[in-house]
Amino acid sequence: MTQDLLYCIASIGLFGIGLYGLIVAPHIIRKILAINIMSVGVFMLLVASASTVDSLPDPVLHAMVLTGIVVAIAGTALALFLASSVHTLGRATDEDSH
Amino acid sequence: MFQTPDFEENNCANEFPIVTRMLCAITIGVLSLGLMAVLILTDSSSSSLPVSLPTIVQDKLAQSGAENPVTAVLLNFRSYDTLLEIGVLLIVAVAILPRSGALSDSPLVSVVSHAQANPMLEGVLRWLVPMIIVMAGYMLWTGASLPGGAFQSGALLAGAGVLAQLSGRVQFCFTSATAKLLLTIGLITFMGVAVGVATKTGIILQYPTELAGPLILLIESAATLSIAAILLLLYNSLATQTAGISSQPSALADQTAASNASSTDNKTLPSSTREPAP
Amino acid sequence: MDSFLTVDALLPLLVGLPLLAAILTTLLKHHNWRVGVSVAVASIQLIVVVALLAWLSGSWLHDNSPSFDSQHQRYALGGWGAPLGIDLAIDGFSALMLALTAVLTLVLTVYSGGYFSEPRSTVDLGSAPLAAPRPSPSPSPVSDPLLVDKSARFWPLWWLLIMGINGLFLSGDIFNIYVTLEIIGLAAVALVALDGSRASLTAALRYLLVGLLGSLCYLLAVALLYRAYGTLDLAQLSAIAEPTAITWAALALITTGLLLKTALVPLHFWLPLAHGSAPAPVSAILSALVVKTSFYLLARFWLDTLAPAATDYGLLMLGVLGATAIFWGSIQALRAKRLKVMVAYSTVAQLGYLFLLFPLFLFSGNIRESGLNGPAVSAIAYFIVAHACAKAAMFLAAGNIMRTVGHDEVDRLQGLSKVMPLSLFAFAIAGASLIGLPPSAGFIAKWLLLNVAIDTAQWWWVIIILSGGLMAAMYVFRVLSIAFINVDEKVQTEPQSSTNDPLTINDQPMLMSLCAMLLAILTIVLGFNAELILDLVNVGGDV
Repeated sequence: MTQDLLYCIASIGLFGIGLYGLIVAPHIIRKILAINIMSVGVFMLLVASASTVDSLPDPVLHAMVLTGIVVAIAGTALALFLASSVHTLGRATDEDSH
Repeated sequence: MFQTPDFEENNCANEFPIVTRMLCAITIGVLSLGLMAVLILTDSSSSSLPVSLPTIVQDKLAQSGAENPVTAVLLNFRSYDTLLEIGVLLIVAVAILPRSGALSDSPLVSVVSHAQANPMLEGVLRWLVPMIIVMAGYMLWTGASLPGGAFQSGALLAGAGVLAQLSGRVQFCFTSATAKLLLTIGLITFMGVAVGVATKTGIILQYPTELAGPLILLIESAATLSIAAILLLLYNSLATQTAGISSQPSALADQTAASNASSTDNKTLPSSTREPAP
Repeated sequence: MDSFLTVDALLPLLVGLPLLAAILTTLLKHHNWRVGVSVAVASIQLIVVVALLAWLSGSWLHDNSPSFDSQHQRYALGGWGAPLGIDLAIDGFSALMLALTAVLTLVLTVYSGGYFSEPRSTVDLGSAPLAAPRPSPSPSPVSDPLLVDKSARFWPLWWLLIMGINGLFLSGDIFNIYVTLEIIGLAAVALVALDGSRASLTAALRYLLVGLLGSLCYLLAVALLYRAYGTLDLAQLSAIAEPTAITWAALALITTGLLLKTALVPLHFWLPLAHGSAPAPVSAILSALVVKTSFYLLARFWLDTLAPAATDYGLLMLGVLGATAIFWGSIQALRAKRLKVMVAYSTVAQLGYLFLLFPLFLFSGNIRESGLNGPAVSAIAYFIVAHACAKAAMFLAAGNIMRTVGHDEVDRLQGLSKVMPLSLFAFAIAGASLIGLPPSAGFIAKWLLLNVAIDTAQWWWVIIILSGGLMAAMYVFRVLSIAFINVDEKVQTEPQSSTNDPLTINDQPMLMSLCAMLLAILTIVLGFNAELILDLVNVGGDV
């Protein structure tokens, strides 16, 4: 069990690192990456919690992780799209005003 | 997060001062350490339920129509979550859909001779894409008993589509009618099955035991198509927007033209432009 | 063959109907068909909710015995039942929220039908003394494709948002709640970004980052709760929850995540621009319902599911933050330059009132395990309904104003009462409800809150509630006084394509003004029918 506990601790560490990056990093891509790191941390905690002593791992947690990954993809895609749209708009305005 | 994020590359002038960053790091560090301590101290493997959930899953696995417990949980015990999750993908697909313009009647996949075609990649793809499709079909089939399933095979198919687009020889148009049907086929099938089984068993999403396996396969097949289409659409919209390829104008390319025609200060008021709708 | 046409089947129908509408509006091509389908589905949804409420309150009122079969309030999807499967559950509070959702959906759907349809260019007849010399209206070929595209995006996103909201109120499983929270968050962000202007995109991006952070905190808490208790079901959790450290950590994480989504001061920074830059019906649904969904979850977790872990100190802290929100939001609303931003800050302030639930619950004599009922919960439930109708009316009126005169800067709205009397009247009535003037629903809500506060001898909340009403009066009257200035030449209108002529019979803008008026009148009607709502909230809590 100690090995899984190590993974749990590491996952909280990832969550903290991601949170720090989200708040402090100025660039938008870094913020999106920080959100991804946080979600990886949470998924790692879920998977590490799934280990059992004498039978197959807990499938409900694995299903939760699968759902979570898909939701994270959707959120990241939307964030990237919005960021790149703002960037495109900003670049066009700069070119026009010069 | 508290101020407007930075969109230009490598602009380090907007960072917080070092004191604020230290303070933030210390706060987050203390909270994380606290949470780790809580996790370590309450590490007990016994749940408070009389029978633990994995045991219940194991018991009911035979009735679920799949041998892989994760597939059983995803598509039978907690199928409602999977339904909503495909809905999440549809939300993002609709949000990122390219502007429906004159190209709406193009077929979904069209072969073009693009100037930037990559002959090496194209040559490899003649072998690779059929293999990927077969592999995706295998992943879909084997999801019932081994790791696999709708999401994995959908991701493989989307990867094949991405490679095809990168080769420059194939162009996708996601505003065609076929594309819209592909985007929604997963949800339509899922809902159809959910209501259809209710006429036999009386409860929404309760599969009859003898039909559970085929029904799961049916839902997963439709979901594979939808997931592949949506993931490919996500890549397609982002790629064509950032590369500025005008074959699929995004919803915002015209906004750029419209907003440039009016005031220069477009930082605050949408109404300061001459668009009709606020 | 079991018949599935029982009343229970109405519960998944509330999730299935919006999903069906979303699919149909994705596939359909023409705007009018989409509007037709949407209005039809919204009407059916309202009928379903009314049928559900009628049956539920009938059965709850008649079967007060302890052996009441609680199966009628839960629907086990897939037939498995908790903890293996996901259950849909409904009680008095969530039934009320579902009713609110259904009513608002119908009105806002009708409004959006008019909002996103193409404006007909009419000749301007008789408002010459008001207007400055008009330049030619904007050429239609540029505006039409954008509007068609916006309509194509709006309807599927709208119905997916409604599906998420219904799914959240019905859900009985904490991971399912996470998925519905994400649906609501992503759909709301996509709707805010609908305009495509730089301001709305930036606001949407900030909203998205905050929403994702909130959801991730919530998911981490779900992981902790599963580790501790082994179940994901709300009812089972409330039965076995204990005040351990891990439960407290989970509650703290849930609170942080949901406070971000509810925009409580100091985590409110994303709301004014997001609600202020969105199209009018989107702002209305965001302020009226979306922020209330995360508040509903907070109330559910603090007072019902994880109640053993809810410390007194925590409840007081939430109340203090609520009081801060009332003052800070009102001050910022006074300073706002744009009408929609002002209404958004007013939402921030009014959300502060909602958080007074927690300290009032603390002292109002309820046993901690009695779930979501009691005088404090009734008062807050009523406040939610009153605020939702009033805020939606305000945003619709503000949207009408913006569409007609082309801008929404408060200082330039002099003389508006001659151009748009109906929308301004709706705005005024909604403002009266926010202030708490009788006979509006806002007055009843504040009256109930004051009653609970006085009954439990917490005088400081009384002062805060009353001064909050005073500050709301200040920012509402600021707008009204400017708009009712009787100066003929000073209306600075930037003419849009057609819709600002009160003499021309033009269906769509009349319909839009009527929607705003309807919501405003609803607040008055609710003010006279308070028992209806209070009975509903109280009745379901005994089971």
